[in-house]
Amino acid sequence: MKRLELWLYIAQRASALVLAPLVLLHLGVILYAVAGGLSASEILGRTRSTWMWPAAYGLFVVAAAVHAAIGLRVVLREWTSWRDRSLDLATLGIGLVLLLLGLRAVQAIA
Amino acid sequence: MLKVEIWRGTEEGRYETYEVPSQPSQTVLDLVTFVQRKLDPSLAYRFACRVGVCGSCAMTVNDTPRWTCRTHVQKVVERGRVRIAPLRNLPIVKDLATDMVPFFDKGQEAKGRFIPSDAAATSVAEISPEDPKRKEADAAIECIGCAVCYAACDVVSWRPEYLGPAALNRAWTLVSDARDSDRIGHLQAVADDAGCHACHGHQNCVEHCPVGINPTRSISGLKRLVLMAAVRGRL
Ligand code: SF4
Ligand code: SF4
Ligand code: FES
Repeated sequence: MKRLELWLYIAQRASALVLAPLVLLHLGVILYAVAGGLSASEILGRTRSTWMWPAAYGLFVVAAAVHAAIGLRVVLREWTSWRDRSLDLATLGIGLVLLLLGLRAVQAIA
Repeated sequence: MLKVEIWRGTEEGRYETYEVPSQPSQTVLDLVTFVQRKLDPSLAYRFACRVGVCGSCAMTVNDTPRWTCRTHVQKVVERGRVRIAPLRNLPIVKDLATDMVPFFDKGQEAKGRFIPSDAAATSVAEISPEDPKRKEADAAIECIGCAVCYAACDVVSWRPEYLGPAALNRAWTLVSDARDSDRIGHLQAVADDAGCHACHGHQNCVEHCPVGINPTRSISGLKRLVLMAAVRGRL
């Protein structure tokens, strides 16, 4: 792909923009949830109360999968001599695995 | 007396220790010159102007890249010792002399040259020194090509194809130059894999540039412009 690196860079920054508020939201929710005592039914009660929770976490998962996979690829390229197509495929694989695991979790709370 | 350890050899080599008399206001280049003139004429090193203009005397002094002609021994000496090695990230020709060709080649790869407009100039372009873009270019223009920043940059050591701070800084001065006619061409040259987006922005180049240039700032300027051009489909 032409200018692959540039587009990956853009995807990396864009996913970071999405992640930043979602991480804060997630931390806020954790503090809030723990304060009221922690039980599965309480958490599920909240996450199932509106479609917005699964939607927010779904977006979180997509952004995290994109961000982590690209970041890992950069680290590997700089710290090892792994540079060729196989690295690109491996990162794609890592991104997909993260996406699947994450979406499964989201499905469970939806 | 100062104990001066100097790298001898090429990639393979060792430090040799020389005793050099201490003098007031002595520079690191003075130490090297003393060794070469009085103790061992086979020592290879490079310098020209001795006043911080030509950029040819850079070496690694106590593990830090510096211009040696403007570095006072007093500032760097540690317990009577100074250790001098060739610059990092460049092939070694011999002893303290590095091969600067890859560094200058990257200046060309980054299209670090002025591209005039086709028509023969009929008048002088009028550019106010107060013009904001001119000020951007001016802030980055006094580079002496010493490769100190290039040696300081970890990304260059991890990814040898990375264009590096000096080449990208030079590209930025041209992108910011209203008289240059190939803005997109300059951006294309730095948008590649080895270009501006490889920079981590950690400012080691800024920390070490002897003339106070801020290549990180120039590179973030390029990142911004390349990004905008890419999103608009102009690359
Ligand atoms: S800011 Fe960029 S160019 Fe400067 S040392 Fe760091 S990675 Fe290299
Ligand atoms: S930017 Fe500074 S350190 Fe880098 S080559 Fe130019 S003068 Fe030397
Ligand atoms: S000898 Fe010219 S800059 Fe040091």
